[in-house]
Amino acid sequence: MTEPARSIAILIGVLLVALTISAFLIWLERRLLALWQDRYGPNRTGPFGLLQVLADMIKIFTKEDWIPPFADKPVFVLAPTIIMVTVLLSFAVIPFTSVIQVVNLNIGLLFFLGMSSLGVYSVVLGGWSSNNKYSLLASLRAAAQMLSYEVFMGLSLMGVVLIAGSFDLRQIVLAQRHLWFCIPELFGLVIFLIAGIAETRRLPFDLPEAESELVAGFHAEYSGMKFGMFFVGEYLGITLISAMIVTLFFGGWLGPGLPPIVWFLLKTFCFICFFILLRASLPRPRFDQLMGYGWKVLLPLSLLNLLITGAVALALHPSKG
Amino acid sequence: MLSLLKTFWYVFLHLFRKRETIQYPEEKVPLPPRYRGRIILSRDPDGGERCVACYLCAVVCPVACIALQATEDESGRRYPEFFRINFSRCIFCGFCEEACPTYAIQLTPDLQMSEYRRPNLVYEKEDLLISGPGKYPDYNFYRVAGLKIAGKDKGQAEQEQPPVDLRSLLP
Repeated sequence: MTEPARSIAILIGVLLVALTISAFLIWLERRLLALWQDRYGPNRTGPFGLLQVLADMIKIFTKEDWIPPFADKPVFVLAPTIIMVTVLLSFAVIPFTSVIQVVNLNIGLLFFLGMSSLGVYSVVLGGWSSNNKYSLLASLRAAAQMLSYEVFMGLSLMGVVLIAGSFDLRQIVLAQRHLWFCIPELFGLVIFLIAGIAETRRLPFDLPEAESELVAGFHAEYSGMKFGMFFVGEYLGITLISAMIVTLFFGGWLGPGLPPIVWFLLKTFCFICFFILLRASLPRPRFDQLMGYGWKVLLPLSLLNLLITGAVALALHPSKG
Repeated sequence: MLSLLKTFWYVFLHLFRKRETIQYPEEKVPLPPRYRGRIILSRDPDGGERCVACYLCAVVCPVACIALQATEDESGRRYPEFFRINFSRCIFCGFCEEACPTYAIQLTPDLQMSEYRRPNLVYEKEDLLISGPGKYPDYNFYRVAGLKIAGKDKGQAEQEQPPVDLRSLLP
């Protein structure tokens, strides 16, 4: 295959797989949550209830796509697309295997961080343009939460960058050939995991859409496919964060025996399940606890982690310093 | 932090627990015999209708879903000419069963009576009447009541003294 045709094939393939996986995550989440609560979950439509996704899609596509008369119309329409675009763009830099990658940026990690920061706009604009007090409160929370967790999300990854010596995600994976970074960078992993949950606004950090306080949060006024896009965006976010954890800390596609892509998908799947397990087992903290935890505990920890990693790296390889 | 991990582990272990769900159309909940479901009219052990059309059930019904008309046959037994329960109104409170003096009206452990058309939920007497005595197999109202009907005179009921001749009590 010629080089442009190959890139386009990879591009479309990644797009389709990402969207399909995120759609099936709706089923997976409902099913796993049910299993962890001693129930069955959706098991009627098709084998294991797999066609539930299709039923949900048909339902959401045929729902009335309503824009409230008091909403700021252009921004209201724009907001759900932002989250989809930013998350899907982040998928471009993820190395699924050594050959399957949409673009090989030498600053792939920075690109990912930048795109996940842009995702805040979706929530903030959605809540703002809904012209609804609860939505606005939710988007204020989302902005505060994502800005503060963004800080040490970046810092926690700098340890990985220090060890691998590159911002290039493919180089980072290749640097884990002998030892996955989850061992030397355990603190970085834990901090990145927590920040990642906060970035995807998943339970226990789903304060922007805390049902018990804020109706449905920033998407209270959304319906039909616009709501669906927020939803798919959230699941894409989970997939993305899981894929990033695998890439940065668990050796990406590296693994014995199985083909590389299978290793990558398997590891990602485990982390997606872990995200759902988090939702099944943890309560939601208060907002001030969330912010205090972020700034007073995680930020110092990530700085300390960076300091120690830097010191060790310098001690081991003085030539690099 | 350790307690969090413990929480994850315990929640994860629920994967292998027994499910609470009863998968309804295939599996069903075992209903106790006194469950308050579909209403029936029972017969006495001899096969006669137990209902004496006293209207107590229709009066006590809080949603007024029971309609009936009393009549009497040539032997002197009262029975309902028609007996109609509108199950789209019925709340299955069981008051009719409590009010019934002859154990005729009874609630059964059957709840699968959905219909696509509302008029189909109006049950007539032939839909309600069953062939057996229901929950009280030995009870026969006319055998214990003092009422005179054809083939059973005064004083012939079970545990009933023969009627006293008032005029023989002269001093």
